[in-house]
Amino acid sequence: MNIRLPLQEEDIKKLKAGDMITLSGILYTARDQAHARLVQLIEEGRDLPIPLQDQVIYYTGPTPARPGAVIGSAGPTTSYRMDTYTPLLLKYGLKGMIGKGGRSREVREAIKEYKAVYFAAVGGAAALIARSIKKAELVAYPELGPEAIRRLEVENFPVIVINDIYGNDLYEEGQKEYRKINI
Amino acid sequence: MRKISSLTITEAVADLVKEANYILPEDVIKAIEKSALEEEAPVGREVLEQILLNNQVARREKMAVCQDTGIVVVFVELGNEVYIEGDLYEAINTGVRKGYQEGYLRTSVVESPLKRVNTGDNTPAVVHLQLVPGDKLRLIVAPKGAGSENMSLVKMLKPADGKEGIRKLVLQTVKEAGANPCPPIIVGIGLGGTFEKAALLAKEALLRPLEDSNPDPEIAELEKSLLADINKLGIGPQGLGGRSTALAVKINTFPCHIASLPVAININCHVARHKEIVI
Repeated sequence: MNIRLPLQEEDIKKLKAGDMITLSGILYTARDQAHARLVQLIEEGRDLPIPLQDQVIYYTGPTPARPGAVIGSAGPTTSYRMDTYTPLLLKYGLKGMIGKGGRSREVREAIKEYKAVYFAAVGGAAALIARSIKKAELVAYPELGPEAIRRLEVENFPVIVINDIYGNDLYEEGQKEYRKINI
Repeated sequence: MRKISSLTITEAVADLVKEANYILPEDVIKAIEKSALEEEAPVGREVLEQILLNNQVARREKMAVCQDTGIVVVFVELGNEVYIEGDLYEAINTGVRKGYQEGYLRTSVVESPLKRVNTGDNTPAVVHLQLVPGDKLRLIVAPKGAGSENMSLVKMLKPADGKEGIRKLVLQTVKEAGANPCPPIIVGIGLGGTFEKAALLAKEALLRPLEDSNPDPEIAELEKSLLADINKLGIGPQGLGGRSTALAVKINTFPCHIASLPVAININCHVARHKEIVI
């Protein structure tokens, strides 16, 4: 299944934890420091450098592009570091996040409440993922280097649905299925 | 005294950081291939196939295997008959600067832990220097990503906690880490020494060939049983569920105080980069 971005409500309803899908359209990259800045702007009631409504944020800090290349290696970074900031972004319209690793209870509840989706990309498959990025444009905070916000145009970007609007969590369910030891 | 110029060291480090980031060690690739064959979970198998394909793409196109090209850890074994012309630390950092710039590698180091301004050239490296007999210089370069580093810990157990205490601590740490450190992981464990020695032992353990085992049969057995138990946790490739949670468990030990049982657990993701040269 390929889903067009920005996300539409009817597509979000279709997505279930465990679905392996591809995304095509616009993504924004943001990680630790960009999140802190976005949240500060919201709290101060100021304009954001990117739109949030129906958008998807990709937690990544790519390597520099070689001459002629769109981008360097661009795999996901660990998501829990963004947990502090995520519920507020979801409240302001963000509908999807791509990263890796589990989210806090607060984020999982906010995902359900604001009807959003959390996707995982394969961590450490960064050179492969770069192939599905067709355009990359720096839109904010160039001084942050790899942590700057970039606008990416992607085609068939492979992701796995982790948290859906129904409260499912693939990490919990997948691990439980194969657990043979209790500690 | 044998003379080695700082320029030689700089060039070597620049080449090593590039190669380490583009090409994974053969034993790591083999271990991932093996886990792809053994994985029960269909999604897990698919993920492992993607990881293997990614390694091929990175190698062929001289791209970083992972965008987190790490903070550079350098282990230096300096022969006591070697005279280094110039400053060793500066030579290494100049090599890191050169390699990261020439190699289109990400700069991931911030100047101050609180101000967090990127140094822009991935320096400084973390250097561990050891004086050894001889007239050679051995450099092991190991760029370390934060996803797995952040899931690591040092804990001072009581001697009475023994093997069972170690086992519980390791399994809890790996379980809590879950998907975060990008499984399949490699678990480096430092047993004994002091607080800081245990951490260093754990990091050094990550450099061992994946197919070897500790020469002490009791420790070798512990490595084996911990690996088996970790792979029963169900975490699986990328934490999506499955058997392949860890590729290896490596334990390095050192004598310790009568009252102590320091345990350090240093986790490495499947992008287990290290590359060395003897000059």
